[in-house]
Amino acid sequence: MLEISDLTHSYGAYQALGGVNLTVAEGELVCVVGPSGCGKSTLLRSIGGLLRPTGGRVLVQGRPVEKVPDDLAIVFQDYSRSLFPWMTVADNVSLPLRRRGGDRRSRDTAAMEALEQVGLPAAAGKYPWELSGGMQQRVAIARALAYKPALMLMDEPFGSVDAQTREDLEDLVLQVRRSSGMTIVLITHDIDESVYVGDRVVVLSKSPATVVGDLRVELPEPRDQIATREHPDFVHLRAEVGRLVRGMRSGGPAAAETGAETGAEAEADSPELDPATAEPAPVAPKA
Amino acid sequence: MKTIVSRIAWLWILPVVLVAWEVSTRAAQAVYFPPPSVILARLHELWFSGPAAHVFLTDEAAHHLLPSLGRLVAGWAGACLVAIAAGIALGRSAVLCDVFSPLIHFFRSVPPPLLIPIFMTMTGIGTPLQLTAIVFGVSWPVLLNSLDGARYVDRQYLETCEVFGISRFRRLTRVILPAASPKIFAGLRISVALALIMMILSEFIGSTEGIGYRMLVAQSELDVPTMWTAIVLLGILGFVLNAAFLRFERHVLTWHRGARKTD
Amino acid sequence: MTNARKALRGVLGVAGFLLVMEALGRTGIIDPYLIPLASTILTGAARLLTNGEFLSQVGVTLSSCAIGLLLAVAVAVPLGMAMGTVPAVERSLRPLVEFLRPIPSLALLPLAMFLFLSGEQGKIALIVYTSCWPLLINTLYGLRDVDPLAKETLRSFGFGSYDVVRLVSLPSAAPFITTGVRIAASVALIVAVSVELVAGGDGIGVFVTQASSGNRRDVVLAATLWTGVIGLLVNSLLAKAESRLFRWHRARAGEEAL
Ligand SMILES: Nc1ncnc2c1ncn2[C@@H]1O[C@H](COP(=O)(O)OP(=O)(O)OP(=O)(O)O)[C@@H](O)[C@H]1O
Ligand SMILES: [Mg+2]
Repeated sequence: MLEISDLTHSYGAYQALGGVNLTVAEGELVCVVGPSGCGKSTLLRSIGGLLRPTGGRVLVQGRPVEKVPDDLAIVFQDYSRSLFPWMTVADNVSLPLRRRGGDRRSRDTAAMEALEQVGLPAAAGKYPWELSGGMQQRVAIARALAYKPALMLMDEPFGSVDAQTREDLEDLVLQVRRSSGMTIVLITHDIDESVYVGDRVVVLSKSPATVVGDLRVELPEPRDQIATREHPDFVHLRAEVGRLVRGMRSGGPAAAETGAETGAEAEADSPELDPATAEPAPVAPKA
Repeated sequence: MKTIVSRIAWLWILPVVLVAWEVSTRAAQAVYFPPPSVILARLHELWFSGPAAHVFLTDEAAHHLLPSLGRLVAGWAGACLVAIAAGIALGRSAVLCDVFSPLIHFFRSVPPPLLIPIFMTMTGIGTPLQLTAIVFGVSWPVLLNSLDGARYVDRQYLETCEVFGISRFRRLTRVILPAASPKIFAGLRISVALALIMMILSEFIGSTEGIGYRMLVAQSELDVPTMWTAIVLLGILGFVLNAAFLRFERHVLTWHRGARKTD
Repeated sequence: MTNARKALRGVLGVAGFLLVMEALGRTGIIDPYLIPLASTILTGAARLLTNGEFLSQVGVTLSSCAIGLLLAVAVAVPLGMAMGTVPAVERSLRPLVEFLRPIPSLALLPLAMFLFLSGEQGKIALIVYTSCWPLLINTLYGLRDVDPLAKETLRSFGFGSYDVVRLVSLPSAAPFITTGVRIAASVALIVAVSVELVAGGDGIGVFVTQASSGNRRDVVLAATLWTGVIGLLVNSLLAKAESRLFRWHRARAGEEAL
C-alpha cells in the first residue's frame, strides 16, 4: 500500500527528515510516535502529496506520489483551520463526497452516518465555530470517514478530546478499519494510544527524524479498553515504546541499529512529548 | 418588547435636535438654514406630490431622481462584479499579483474626481460620463481588496480541497470566494461611499439632470429650501444604501463574526 | 530574495503597462488625442516638477488637507473618547452619528459655498466634516478593545477615571486612531480635489480644470499622476508609522468610512 524509502526533507537549511524507511501493508493500522517537532507532520504531508520532499521516494499503491493520491484522506492536526467556518458541519462533511458521485440525498445520508459514528448527529446544522475544539476534531474525522478512502492519514486526531471520547474514537477507528479494510497511518503523541490502536508502532527520533523503532503489536482481538490495557504484553510494549521515544537503548530487536546513536543527543534536549505544540504558522506570502 | 421600547427611547436626540433646529432658525431668521418644517414642505411639494399612479413622484422627481439612482446602482453593481472577478483571478496567481499590485495600488491612490474632466472630453456630458466616473471610482478599492482576500486564503483550506479532490469550480465558489469575502466586503463598504461621491460630483460638473445637477441649479438661483431638499434626499439615499449594505454584509458574514469571537 | 523578485515583477508590470499604452497610442488603436502617449504624459510629469504654478497649487491642496485633518482630530478624538468612556453619551449620540455619517460630504458642498466667504474655508470645513467620521468610528472601536481588567486594576489602586483614560484607554486606542488618520487622509484628498473642481479657488483641482479647458490632456494626466503618487506616499508613510509605533499591537483596521 505504502512504501517509503530514504525519505529526507529539509526546510531550507533545517533538516526535518533524515532518511525515513517505512512500508505499510494493505489494511494495516500503523501508529507513528515521536517527540514533538521531530517531523511527524512533515512525514505525513509527504505521504499525502502536500509537500514535495527533497529526497527519497514515496509510493502509494505502487505509484510515486506527485500530487495528492486519489483515494486518500487526511485528518489534519490543526483542526480549527481544516474545517470551513462558512459551511455548516453537515456541508463540511458532505462537500468532498461530490467526487464520489451520487445525488444530494445519498451524500447527505452518508454525511449523517459519519456524524453519528463520531457521536455528533445533533451538530449537523451548526457551524464549526459553534463547537468545542474536541467536537471540531470529531467533525474532521467524520469528514474523512464519510469519504471512505483506501488510505487514511491522521495527524494527532484525538489531541483535544476528553479521555472518554478519546477511548470511543479509538474504538471507532478500530471498528472502521475492521469493517472497511482501510489502511490507516495514525500519528499520535500518546504512547498508550499507539499500542492500543496500532498493528504496528513506528517510533521516530528527534529531527532529523529516522525510524528508531518498529514494533509489531500482537494483542488479542478485538481490543478492549480495559482488558487490553491490563494485558501483560500491552504493559511490556508500552514500556518498550516509551524507552524508544525517550531515546534510551532498547531491548527490542528492531531498534537496536539506530536507537543507540540518536540516544545521546535526544537525552540532552528533553524530548518530552508535548501535544500542545502547535504546527508552524501558515506560510502566507507577506504583503 | 422592553428592549424595543428602550431602544426607541434612546432615539430621543433626533426629535430634540429637530425641534431645536426649528426654534433656533425661526428665531434667528437664518437665511441658509431654513427650519425643518419648511424643508419638509418643499420636499413634499417638489418631489413627492405626484399622482398615486407614479408612487407620488412628481415629474421633477422622475426627471432627476430616477436617472441618478439608475446610474448609481448600475455603475456600482457592474463595476463591483467585474472588479471582484478580476481581483480573485489575479489573487490566485502569485506572479500576476506581483506584476499588477503596484499598478492597482497606484490607481487606488489617484483621487478619482481628478479624472472627471478627462472623462468628460471622452464621453461628453450625461449618462456615459456618470457611469464612467462611478465605475472608475468604485473599481480600484474593490479590485485591491478582492485581490488581497483571494491571495491570503489560509493554506490549509486549499490543502483540504486538494486532499479531498474538490473540483476547481467548487474550490472557487465554495472555498476561495467565502474565504476572501470579509476582505471583499471591506472593499465594497468603501465603494458604496465612493460611488455616491462620484455620482454627485459628475452630476455637478457634467450633467443636465440628476439630484446633484438640480441641487447646483437651486444653489445658483439662491433657492435655499430646494437645495436643502436635495441634501436631505442625498442623506436619505446614503443612509438607506449604507443600512441595506450593512444588513446584507451581516447576513453573508455571520460565520466570520462568529468565528472571530471564538478566537 | 523573494522580495527582490517581487519588486522586479512589479517594475516589469509598470513598465509593461507603459509600453502597452505607448504602443496602443502609436498604432492608433487608442486615439492619442483622447489619451496622450505614455511617453508624453511622463515627460509632462517631469516638466511639472519645475512648474512653480503646479507646485504652489499642490501646496494649497496639501495644506488644506493637513489643516482639515488636524481640526478633525481635535474634534473627533475627544468626542470619541467621551462617547467611548461614558456609555450614556454614546447611547445618546449614536443615533445622530448613524444618521449624519452616511450623508455624502459633497451633498453639503453647495451649502458650504454659501456659508463660507472664501472657498478655502468651505473646503476645509468639508474636509473636517468628512474626516471626522473615520476618526470617530476608529476611536470608538479602539476604546471598545480596551482590556477591562487593565482598567479595573488601575481603579483598584485608587486612580481616578481621568487617569484611567490617560493611562489605559488612550494608549490602547492609539493604534486604531492612527488607522483612522490614515483613512481620513485619503478621504480628505478626494474631498479637497472635488471641492476645487466644482467651486474653484486654488489647488490641484483648479490646476487640472485649467489645463483641461486649455485642452492639455497630457498636463491633466501628468498632474493626476503626481496626485496619485502623493496619495500613495502619504498612505504608505502613515501605514509604516503605524506599524512602527505600534509594533506591539497588530492594529486591526476599523471601519473605513467616507
Ligand atoms: N513550513 C516550515 N518551514 C520551516 N520549518 C518547518 C516548517 N514546517 C515544519 N518545520 C520544522 O520542521 C520540524 C518538524 O516539523 P513537524 O511539523 O513535521 O513536526 P511534528 O513532529 O509534526 O511536531 P508536533 O508533534 O509538534 O506536531 C520542526 O522543527 C519545525 O520547526
Ligand atoms: Mg505535527
